[in-house]
Amino acid sequence: MTLVFTGICSHGPGITGRADLAPPDLRDPFFAAYGAMRDALHAARPDAVIIVAAEHFANFFMNNMPSFAIGMADGYEGPIEDPDWLKIPRRRVRGDAALSQRIVAEVQQSVDVAYAEEWKFDHGIMVPLSFLDPDNRLTIIPANINCQGPPLAPLARAYAFGEALRRAADKVPERIALIGTGGISHWPATPDSGRINEEWDREFLRRWSLNDKAQLLDYTDAQTYADAGQGGFEIRTLIAAAAAARGPGTVHFFAPIPIFSTGCFVATAEIA
Amino acid sequence: MSLYQLSKLLFELNRDTAIQAEFTADAGSVVARYDLDDEERRAILDADIGLLYVLGVNGQILMHFAAFKQIAWADYLQLMRDGVRDHGPVRAGVYAMTTGLDEKVAGV
Ligand SMILES: [Fe+2]
Repeated sequence: MTLVFTGICSHGPGITGRADLAPPDLRDPFFAAYGAMRDALHAARPDAVIIVAAEHFANFFMNNMPSFAIGMADGYEGPIEDPDWLKIPRRRVRGDAALSQRIVAEVQQSVDVAYAEEWKFDHGIMVPLSFLDPDNRLTIIPANINCQGPPLAPLARAYAFGEALRRAADKVPERIALIGTGGISHWPATPDSGRINEEWDREFLRRWSLNDKAQLLDYTDAQTYADAGQGGFEIRTLIAAAAAARGPGTVHFFAPIPIFSTGCFVATAEIA
Repeated sequence: MSLYQLSKLLFELNRDTAIQAEFTADAGSVVARYDLDDEERRAILDADIGLLYVLGVNGQILMHFAAFKQIAWADYLQLMRDGVRDHGPVRAGVYAMTTGLDEKVAGV
């Protein structure tokens, strides 16, 4: 049946790992926005949630780097990071290999996606999951867009991947939700951590909310790198989510929180 | 210089608790499996975050390695700044430093 929910959110490891260092007047409304998205997501009663993430070398490396990949296992483990550092305990997350297989088959009609029967989650999925599924109840299908090891797939292909995921979600009888997680501007894991281009972020979120394809794709990686840092490459996941939802978006929270090393946001889109 | 091999070692270490246990017990035996030059080998064996950063190890790989080595966040950032001060700008990759040596944008 048709896709039942689409949302996007930040995933920086500092969000959980350094939660105690953030100003409460920024952190608390941010965490409350995650909480509201959790409630909306569960209210949509998804049989499975596709998380379109931008992983950070948890599974894929330059020995064999897919631009797009989908997990095809009955379970996934994460986080790979030191759990005390991320402040998220290791857990096994339920998957659904048979459902993944049907989704992959449909996505492949327009995008040559890689699939993986082994997949470990890093903060890119575990941070959102820690808020959206604290009780570990959901069935998750991880999808990845390479945003780390250039050369990267062009934004138009990320959009096409989102369209393909939507087609697949609509085709299977299960109720499928989709979460995109990445970006926006940030210079993570460098001495610049905490640098955020608020103006750039607000402009991106404006385009995302309009869900205007031409405007969403009107970035070059060189521009993004200069204005939004290497972390900005992760807008691919958000663009894919917009393509899947097709409808306009609503930003429920946005604020730069430097100790989290990223502009922090939670948004949902109408399924059209 | 074999940045790819150096990065691959850290990638494999970061995601595999069995390799982590082996590395903790005998780092040299893990390091010997990769084609590294002397500077790279030393950087890994000393967990020299600053040098690894300057050599061009991707920040995400480096950040996870620092977490594995129990290096606190503020220390991790400072070690990278110290590396740039001691060894010069980052030599490869997209994780170059764009802020000043004494600039702490997030206060740490
Ligand atoms: Fe990321």
